[in-house]
Amino acid sequence: MIKVIKMISKGKFGKYGGIFVPELLIPALEELEIAFLKYKDDDKFNEELDYYLKEFAGRPTSLYLARNLSNKLGCKIYLKREDMLHTGAHKINNTLGQGLLAKYMGKKRLIAETGAGQHGIATAVVGALLEIPTEVYMGSEDVERQKLNVFRMELSDAHVLPVYTGSCTLKDAINQAFRDWISNLDTTHYLIGSTMGPHPYPTMVKHFQSIIGRETKEQIMEKEDELPDTIIACVGGGSNSIGIFSGFIDNKEVDLIGVEGGGEGLDSGKTGATLSIGTQGVLHGSFSYVLQDYDGQISEAHSVSAGLDYPGVGPEHSYLKDTERAKYVAINNQEALRGFKLLSQYEGIIPALESAHAIAYAEKYAQINENKGKTIVVNLSGRGDKDMFLAAQKMGLKL
Amino acid sequence: MNNHLSSENQKEMNNHPSSENQKERDYNQSSASTGIENNLDIESYQEMFRRVKKQGEGAFIPFIVAGDPDFETSLEIVRKFTENGADALEIGFAFSDPVADGPTVQEADTRALKTGMTTKSGFEFIKKIREFTSIPIGILVYYNLIYKMGIDEFYKNAAESGVNGILSADLPPEEAEPAVASARKYQIDQIFMVAQTTSNERLQVINKLCSGFLYVVAVMGVTGARSKLKQSTVKLVERVNGHSDLPIAVGFGISKPEHVKEVVDAGSDGAIVASALLNIISDNLQDKELMLARIAEFSKELKNATKRR
Ligand SMILES: Cc1ncc(COP(=O)(O)O)c(C=O)c1O
Repeated sequence: MIKVIKMISKGKFGKYGGIFVPELLIPALEELEIAFLKYKDDDKFNEELDYYLKEFAGRPTSLYLARNLSNKLGCKIYLKREDMLHTGAHKINNTLGQGLLAKYMGKKRLIAETGAGQHGIATAVVGALLEIPTEVYMGSEDVERQKLNVFRMELSDAHVLPVYTGSCTLKDAINQAFRDWISNLDTTHYLIGSTMGPHPYPTMVKHFQSIIGRETKEQIMEKEDELPDTIIACVGGGSNSIGIFSGFIDNKEVDLIGVEGGGEGLDSGKTGATLSIGTQGVLHGSFSYVLQDYDGQISEAHSVSAGLDYPGVGPEHSYLKDTERAKYVAINNQEALRGFKLLSQYEGIIPALESAHAIAYAEKYAQINENKGKTIVVNLSGRGDKDMFLAAQKMGLKL
Repeated sequence: MNNHLSSENQKEMNNHPSSENQKERDYNQSSASTGIENNLDIESYQEMFRRVKKQGEGAFIPFIVAGDPDFETSLEIVRKFTENGADALEIGFAFSDPVADGPTVQEADTRALKTGMTTKSGFEFIKKIREFTSIPIGILVYYNLIYKMGIDEFYKNAAESGVNGILSADLPPEEAEPAVASARKYQIDQIFMVAQTTSNERLQVINKLCSGFLYVVAVMGVTGARSKLKQSTVKLVERVNGHSDLPIAVGFGISKPEHVKEVVDAGSDGAIVASALLNIISDNLQDKELMLARIAEFSKELKNATKRR
């Protein structure tokens, strides 16, 4: 066995995960692992993080019984309201955690990647909060498509750097962020936005998102005095889903379902459903399922929701899939838009298009006879404000 | 949290087959690099470095992405390299997401992929090169291409095409066990990178695992032409030499004859030049004759700079 010199782990989930990075990055990953392991159990760090999660981000989020939708679907449907958080999505749980860690590590600069801009905004506000200069890489295509979010990031004093290489989208923004990090290791923390990337990122991001699962468990026990039958969450890189799953992975009786962005359909060639149709490979530092061609060239992903538009997926999900602890399904663009309207109409809650995938699957799931009457928790990872223009356009309206 | 090499790790490393003494490895290597059924008399890295050293030179190792800007032109460029002093060749296999590379190499990758280059045609490219040269050929490839073909299959193909060494930019020693096993099986040199950030401890482990030569990353960054070499590069060359018994070649940012001279003078056994050559390609896409003439001329200058005086 070739041993890692300093890291205590390569962060493997079964055979998935790992540290497939250029040699230059190894010491940075070591440094990060050391810092993460040190501070994750540090009282002062946790006190400060808890303070920000509560007072800045708005935790705890409620576990809301969606009564109208429940009546319609014949199940008891709870929504974990991550959409109520500051900046509008669960992403802030992770950016506060990593931002604070970067501060404790003495880093002078944050960099991040973003697709639609959700993670970019969550990083930008944390940069402003903690007074750490922040730069966000964003594919030039996305910069064009998401001007509003670019403006929001810049208002929080983050600098948005358009990426013109490759497909000019999220995966290229990630490549560019890695290149920046390689060139600025001493000063810079790369704040990855999901449970992907090399170790320790998948484990670290899970740690910071696991608050979703802990709260949900406590809340459901309080309300129902028993565990839910099913948890449903959308899967892009996999952070909101791992966050909520983590509270229930050991409770085998709870079914865990991850919903991927099916795009225009699984066999359309335009999909983001990595776990559904991907194959094993290495992308962005870890071994996982990947959308790729015969030779291993990475494909472009497609989904109506930018947050699910990624050709990779966090390695722990690959492990949960193979071990059948979680099940993964895909919801296509059309169905997601239906979920988007459904929740808005029945509950007065406009979900993010990502979260609308989870809603759409909950509807499908509830329609299966054997699922009638089940208690289901849907992780409502974000709110739909960011998607107004796109949703209107898809509905044939012009705002 | 144990942030030092534990004694257990140490023991395991010492038991690792890679810790056979260097002589034995050299012996393996020199009988090695001929590939499976390749009857060509291919020079090994060891022989090549010995040859240039004897001549009082460092090795000039140019890089190109296979199929950039197209298969035929790419091959003509390699021919210019070999006619103008290349001592070994680094051939890149194009990848969609080259995280260790700057824009110059990525653009070359993109050009090659656009012409339809595949892993298979990459090996075809090497076979064509082998028709006119016996100098060592290394390939530079992102791990996903190796994994996707099947690790064993990839190394087998490499050996059959006449490849001497394989360097995977995103495969650190910690993840390299299956690749190293296949490399040994097909007698390919597995080459690793070391950088400023690589500790001496780590350097020694890498030195044991690596064969052929050590690739010393000159800069804290990605590939790309640079106007100046840092003093730290010279220090790094000296440090690596102090902890390794393998030949070393410096790459990343070596863009001018002066840089080549500097690293060779600092004690590097070779210099790898990539982006500066690729820039000649991208600057002359409309005029192939000029492109080839410039490549030839620049190669000659770079080779000349390896000559210790
Ligand atoms: C609201 C929302 N949900 C989900 C995702 C998908 O990411 P992950 O799978 O990491 O939760 C995103 C990503 O941008 C998002 O903004």
